Amino acid sequence: MATSLRCFLRSGKQAVLVVARRGIHRSPPAALQCQETSRRYINVTVRDALNQAMDEELERDERVFLLGEEVAQYDGAYKVSRGLWKKYGDKRIIDTPISEMGFAGIAVGAAMAGLRPICEFMTFNFSMQAIDQVINSAAKTYYMSAGLQPVPIVFRGPNGASAGVAAQHSQCFAAWYAHCPGLKVVSPWNSEDAKGLLKSAIRDDNPVVFLENELLYGVPFEMSEESQSKDFTVPIGKAKIERPGSHITLVSHSRYVGHCLDAAAVLAKEGIDCEVINLRTIRPLDVECIESSVMKTNHLVTVEGGWPQFGVGAEICARIMEGSAFNYLDSPVTRVTGVDIPMPYAKILEEHSLPQVKDIIFSVKKTLNV
Amino acid sequence: MTNQRGLVWNWGLIHVLLAHSSDTISNSPRRKWASCNLLEERRERILQSWWLTVGGKTLSRHMKRNMADREQVVERNSSSLTKSERRGKGVHGVLAGRGSSGSALGIKVRRRRRRRTGGAGKPEGQICGWVEGRVRVVPCSVVSVEGKMLTNISGVLRACAQRNGAAAVVSARTYADFTTQATFEIKKCDVHKLDEAPATQVVMTRDEGLQYYRTMQTMRRMELKADQLYKQKIIRGFCHLYDGQEACAVGIEASIKLTDHLITAYRAHGYTFTRGGTVKEIMAELTGRRSGIAKGKGGSMHMYCKNFYGGNGIVGAQVPLGAGVALACRYKGTDELCVCLYGDGAANQGQIFETYNMAALWKLPVIFICENNRYGMGTSVERAAASTDYFKRGEFIPGLRVDGMDILCVREATRFAADHCRSGKGPILMELQTYRYHGHSMSDPGVSYRTRDEIQEVRSKSDPISLLKDRLLSNNMASVEELKEIDIEVRKEIEDAAQFATTDPEPPLEELCNHIFYNNPPVEVRGTNPWAKLKSLS
Repeated sequence: MATSLRCFLRSGKQAVLVVARRGIHRSPPAALQCQETSRRYINVTVRDALNQAMDEELERDERVFLLGEEVAQYDGAYKVSRGLWKKYGDKRIIDTPISEMGFAGIAVGAAMAGLRPICEFMTFNFSMQAIDQVINSAAKTYYMSAGLQPVPIVFRGPNGASAGVAAQHSQCFAAWYAHCPGLKVVSPWNSEDAKGLLKSAIRDDNPVVFLENELLYGVPFEMSEESQSKDFTVPIGKAKIERPGSHITLVSHSRYVGHCLDAAAVLAKEGIDCEVINLRTIRPLDVECIESSVMKTNHLVTVEGGWPQFGVGAEICARIMEGSAFNYLDSPVTRVTGVDIPMPYAKILEEHSLPQVKDIIFSVKKTLNV
Repeated sequence: MTNQRGLVWNWGLIHVLLAHSSDTISNSPRRKWASCNLLEERRERILQSWWLTVGGKTLSRHMKRNMADREQVVERNSSSLTKSERRGKGVHGVLAGRGSSGSALGIKVRRRRRRRTGGAGKPEGQICGWVEGRVRVVPCSVVSVEGKMLTNISGVLRACAQRNGAAAVVSARTYADFTTQATFEIKKCDVHKLDEAPATQVVMTRDEGLQYYRTMQTMRRMELKADQLYKQKIIRGFCHLYDGQEACAVGIEASIKLTDHLITAYRAHGYTFTRGGTVKEIMAELTGRRSGIAKGKGGSMHMYCKNFYGGNGIVGAQVPLGAGVALACRYKGTDELCVCLYGDGAANQGQIFETYNMAALWKLPVIFICENNRYGMGTSVERAAASTDYFKRGEFIPGLRVDGMDILCVREATRFAADHCRSGKGPILMELQTYRYHGHSMSDPGVSYRTRDEIQEVRSKSDPISLLKDRLLSNNMASVEELKEIDIEVRKEIEDAAQFATTDPEPPLEELCNHIFYNNPPVEVRGTNPWAKLKSLS
């Protein structure tokens, strides 16, 4: 209540109706993890954070440009690029025809020739049309040319399940892209992640796959003042401990970080102290953060929206097993994943095909044997 | 020396009808006296047929006759010329003569700059030029001469000789004979949605011709050497050879600049060479050695150099990439363009049509070139394409169909296309009708889907190197020996490169994980087992 009042008084433009959203999560910046200071926080939706990031990078570097379907005059299919075309014009914000393979290839070619494109896929499901350009033309080129040809490109767009969009529009591609060397794969959760990571991705000289989440676009998060600065970036390859704990580690990325924090809040009342890690980057995976956390808590649960086979959780399990943290585990690692089926349409079926807070609580209790 | 003798053997200024200076005066004693025995008759006729001005005075016949006692004009036919003289390098016409005592007279020809006389308009028989200086008279003169002046003189002599029935004087081919440029008639291109077409009358200079010849010959020999090395299992994996299609690569490069961009598919060795790669680097890359153009990490299909984006293995994927490069050119505001090549097999890929659409929509400065070598791997064009007019497949993009075996056609068409792009009219499509002698790759013998007769026919009738060679020779722009010499040099270069490519060491194991990311701090890479932690540097 107090929070919403503060928001309302602070900035009318960015104030969000408390009723409409699912809940604000406080996320202090990594530097101030231990204690809150009296810094000013502004509520920013993930959509606006992404918009700000692109705006600032377009302004900072002449070579950056955005191309994709409906990014210019339509203001973006999900309005993420709202206002950019008006500000930067046709040269830098380019509407493409519906030709993913074609325009992804054009974006990669432009990156090879020295520009820094941001290639937007309307959802990552459509990136499958263009996946050859992402993997064979973008990811592998620097290696194949033995360092002669870098490809500084960002592929971004919503990934994973949305609401009621059924099987062909709901797949999570984190595991697919994270499988390939030469790519960096990033999956932000809150506004600060979104803005900082997108800026890092655009400034990175390598191909980056930036997996957003459509359901998070409208969710406001508090952003600290320093994250408002034009040079604020979040390093790629570093996970963040969102909530420190001692009994069990929950590792997640994107939307399910929020679910983990909710579960942690519920479990805290029962005396189980969960440590929640927000991966932020899927490739390269920050294994040290997970390992040091596991060495502290001795239990691990991974949570993701994608399918279980060969997924992010599977990779984390394998890495923990191969590393020194294995000796600290008091029980096997548990993976909480989406159900191994194509996404159904009916609401009740859809809800039950994705991890819910109760599934996480159940898995935690099972892992801790309580 | 008195009277005529004095006049003739004046050591001072002697005007002699001579070839101009040269580097190599033939001085060997053997040569000096070798052809001293001329038929008196011939000598007589020669004396009758040319003029000698000595001391600024034209000698009368009478004077000459007297001179004839004392001097011998010796001519040598080409068989007695030295090798260098035959090549036309050594030039001098020196009046042979010896004094009555039998000793050679020391009239030296000093090296002088050739005087151009612009002899085209001079009437026959007129003295067109002279060389001053001290002339060394050696009995054996070289009659290979250089320069237009002597062409005229020799023309005069020939004409007179013919009139008098005497033998022609000048016998060796010389630089004087080479035309510096010539105009050629080439095949007209079929056009699609264009009002104009590339020119059908083109000019090629001697230098250009020799350079094209050398480049094409280098490419041909390089591919044949790669064939050999592949059969010896020194090259492994894929090897797609370009022989037969040399005119395409060289013709295209002749009309674009090195600052323009080019991207092609996997049949890329030729383009790597024309874009700036050296034969050594290319061959070392094929054999997978550390000095390869991609340090041995790319192989046959992934060679890169400045403004050359490979070398792409996925059929058709390079076409959107090429359009992207063109987008960057337009974005940066330069007048560079991108040449984007693909084959007749790739022409049916969907992403190519997506690219045509976007390139035309945004007027990107890209030249799409379809190298139609009649077969997409083992499938002939009739079996693969509903429409084999690949130059029309762009529909709304203007197109040209070009004879890809004739380098001048390719050059002219590319020039036309480049002008089209640079003037902001947007993309243009070219179909080069060409042929590959080898199969699709080294694992394809290339005869299961076509007959050996067909290959032989193309080789004999339309081989690009032979066509160019015929043009150069029949238009007197080069000599057979000159071209043979180029062949020898090229052969040697390829041998050296092959030797280098087989003896250079393979890349070190430390390089295994490098070049994953650019401008990145070093990262750890998992090896084949959990304990193998490898390092990756940028």
